[in-house]
Amino acid sequence: MSLAHRIIPCLDTDGERVVKGINFVGLRDAGDPVALATRYNAEGADELVVLDIAASRDRRPTFLETIRRVAAELSIPLTAGGGIRTLEDGRAVVRAGADKVTVNTAAVERPDLISELSREFGVQAVVLAIDAKRSGEHWEVMVRGGRESASLDAIEWARAGVAAGAGEILLTSVDRDGTQSGFDVTLTAAISKAVTVPVIASGGAKSPENFVEIFQQGAADAALAASIFHDELQSIRTLKEFLAARGVEVRLPC
Amino acid sequence: MRVTILDYGAGNVPSVERALQRLGADSHRTDSPECISSAEALLLPGVGHYAALVRALDGKNLRAPLVDAIHRGVPFLGICLGLQVLFKSSEEAGQLQGLNLLPGIVSALPSTVKLPHMGWNQLAKRHHSSLLAGIDAGAYFYFAHSYAVLDSNSSTAATCAHGSEFNAVIELRNIYAVQFHPEKSGDSGVRVLQNFLRLAA
Repeated sequence: MSLAHRIIPCLDTDGERVVKGINFVGLRDAGDPVALATRYNAEGADELVVLDIAASRDRRPTFLETIRRVAAELSIPLTAGGGIRTLEDGRAVVRAGADKVTVNTAAVERPDLISELSREFGVQAVVLAIDAKRSGEHWEVMVRGGRESASLDAIEWARAGVAAGAGEILLTSVDRDGTQSGFDVTLTAAISKAVTVPVIASGGAKSPENFVEIFQQGAADAALAASIFHDELQSIRTLKEFLAARGVEVRLPC
Repeated sequence: MRVTILDYGAGNVPSVERALQRLGADSHRTDSPECISSAEALLLPGVGHYAALVRALDGKNLRAPLVDAIHRGVPFLGICLGLQVLFKSSEEAGQLQGLNLLPGIVSALPSTVKLPHMGWNQLAKRHHSSLLAGIDAGAYFYFAHSYAVLDSNSSTAATCAHGSEFNAVIELRNIYAVQFHPEKSGDSGVRVLQNFLRLAA
């Protein structure tokens, strides 16, 4: 009896529709968020993440409406984010039905955002999203959708974010994202070892074997993927059965 | 029977309400002492900081009507912080007083494991549990907390473990409480809420 490793499908949206792209560029439509959320909830997803990757101010009401519609269908936790710049942005997302809020670029620019959110909603509700890219012997934090370097070391930023009040790290490998070449095991293990909070690994998932690796060698507490689930290349149920057979503790759906 | 949800501003109030609606239950949210005094069944959701809940209960004058209602035998379900506040105090906010309806205090989970205890975990039954009726022994429930009541007592119906064993389900007369989030725990969680509705009817 112990904490199960979580499988988390992610819906990257333009506010309204699910979109997908490789290395954060070349977006194309991948479906209706409510339909996908309903399917993942029924298939045994442990949580759902919905991100507004366009994060433009004028489309924010549309994104909040998407959160409301998705939350109404779920009996599992919902994390939402993308473009969260202020405490008020975080409040709007929580009021719309999210259990947790992710912060990324705005937290790099103003780390107090993390403590403001965790003071109001608790540390369990604040997820620090870190987009990390290998640069020589270390990993650099990338911002603005993975396009710009923040000139910060990913491990140091993860530690600082946790000290500020983040209750979880959503770690995306910019090098692997969208490539379906497997999770970045080395990066994830390094971050997971450096922090006291759970780490969600993201970027590069393809085969069930990748998930075994990220849990067993990458020390991930949860693993997130998008396109392999959207395209039905991988059902969550089959993935979890595979993991259980390989000795990874998961919550098997009924 | 109508379920009165104490709405002190906790983030999980809407999802608890939605879960009850899906079960066809009649529920309403309130932060008024009068509504608590006349409640037929009470539900206290909670997530976040212990101090926020205690300060809200005192700031809105809800402590006395809540304690009175529970003493009168009104069925009560506490979720997460709603379980923790039943005890004397919490290490999370040492200077504040809980409802002191159950013996013991709320402590930090050990730092030997990753915190918060976040995700799906299983329970170990300690004695007969009405809330867990009809639920498989191996069922998983969703937890999101860093503090817990570690010492078991006669009200402990089930425990969970993360670094240390802690109270996951409490049942004592009309008092029911769970450390996990039934509103986020899939079908197993729905069953817990359904069981509470039946017990409260």
